[in-house]
Amino acid sequence: MMRSLLFLLLGLWLAGCAQPGLRGSGDLGVVIERATGSLQIVESTGRTSLGRVEGLGDLSHASVVFSRDQRYAYVFGRDGGLTKVDLLARRIDRRVVQGGNSIGGAISQDGTLIAVGNYEPGGVKVFDARTLALVADIPATVVPGTERRSRVVGVADAPGQRFIYSLFDTGEIWVADFSQPGQPVVSRHTGIGNQPYDALLTPDGRYYLAGLFGENGMAQLDLWHPERGVRRVLGHYGRGERKLPVYKMPHLEGWTVAGGQTFVPAVGHHQVLVMNTGTWQQTGAIDVAGQPVFVMARPDGRQVWVNFAHPDNHKVQVIDTETLRVVATLEPGPAVLHMEFTARGDQLWISVRDGAEVQIWDPYRLEIMGRLPAPSPSGIFFTSRAHATGL
Amino acid sequence: MARFSVMAAALGGILLGGALLGAARAEPGMLRQGQLEHLLRQDCGSCHGLRLTGGLGPPLTSQALAGKPRELLIATITHGRPGTPMPNWDALLDDQDIAWLADRLLQGHPPP
Repeated sequence: MMRSLLFLLLGLWLAGCAQPGLRGSGDLGVVIERATGSLQIVESTGRTSLGRVEGLGDLSHASVVFSRDQRYAYVFGRDGGLTKVDLLARRIDRRVVQGGNSIGGAISQDGTLIAVGNYEPGGVKVFDARTLALVADIPATVVPGTERRSRVVGVADAPGQRFIYSLFDTGEIWVADFSQPGQPVVSRHTGIGNQPYDALLTPDGRYYLAGLFGENGMAQLDLWHPERGVRRVLGHYGRGERKLPVYKMPHLEGWTVAGGQTFVPAVGHHQVLVMNTGTWQQTGAIDVAGQPVFVMARPDGRQVWVNFAHPDNHKVQVIDTETLRVVATLEPGPAVLHMEFTARGDQLWISVRDGAEVQIWDPYRLEIMGRLPAPSPSGIFFTSRAHATGL
Repeated sequence: MARFSVMAAALGGILLGGALLGAARAEPGMLRQGQLEHLLRQDCGSCHGLRLTGGLGPPLTSQALAGKPRELLIATITHGRPGTPMPNWDALLDDQDIAWLADRLLQGHPPP
């Protein structure tokens, strides 16, 4: 009796101090808690929180990519911090402060390199994904009449061990090719348009489209034919209409592609624009409740979910991609900042910043399946991104 | 009589002007101040950084703003800066809100 009690106590003690038990990592994700500089580690099978990792610096604008084994999250922070987080051990593996101000980055096709796009100093730095040692430093163009370099936005990983990104201040798209040992080969496309603010790469890695803030339209580069140069698409939207103020910059990424159609936010107009994927001709414009920020296709391509800039950021709208109509207007709560689908689209996680929670929606029934508390949640990122090009 | 009405109009104008000046000087109520504080951190912060150390928009720390006239800040918030992503906030905020935000920035907004 005494002995079994001892074993029981020993067992409890061991369980208490053991590492988290053996588990896979394909259903994991992270929620950025922007005000506290922490990450919440979550899982989408039981829809629970597994823990929190702190000490990631200023995460007011953070984004995340994952190692191909889906164990590590690389977090790009506003303060120039690049933090490698071990999702299984739930701790920081390594952290470097590599710049003064950064916005995002990408992981190379083979998973060995991490590229970070920096605002300050303007340019891209590339790191060894394992050690976070600096591999290459590629300063951007000096902004004419100043001493500073152009801010870099829209960094994406392109097939062939390349990184592609846009220069906000000088209107350029650069492709940095790391396929050969030694220094990368950088090709520059200049005069692509005024103030590219973000970009998307189609899920097959072929087309890179940078959204323009300073003028209407997008700049498109066909990576199968870079020799054809950058061409302008969507140049005519909103012509003759007065631009509305934009209180939050829209975002673009590969999830705006829903099969044969691509849905993008109109800048300064309360519309989502529809293009043919491939010909990039505009095929529609859908009136929505505010300035769109994220326009995300459900993985089956049947719906597109849209959230909005202040002061309409308590709403989310759902567009049917067949009829191009808004089929639902939801009000999840104050300040909806981000949405993330699970890889096969059975769940949509929504961060409601001022509601201090993450909501888990069934995107087929349009019902809430669960909620997790989180202080000021912003970006939500699932490890399934590890195997998607351009995310 | 005509002279009297001119004087009355002038007096009325002075009174009205004084009232407007008074309104512009008044502070927003405590509830509104809380909302503006939140807006400053979160919505201004989405471009200028939660700690206002800069992002797509320039830093707005008290060091960065040192020597910048209050009127310039008010005009920038009110009308935005054409040619940059800075929007005009007069569509959402009144003069009193904007003046309060400008003063808050000049005083040095505390980090979160």
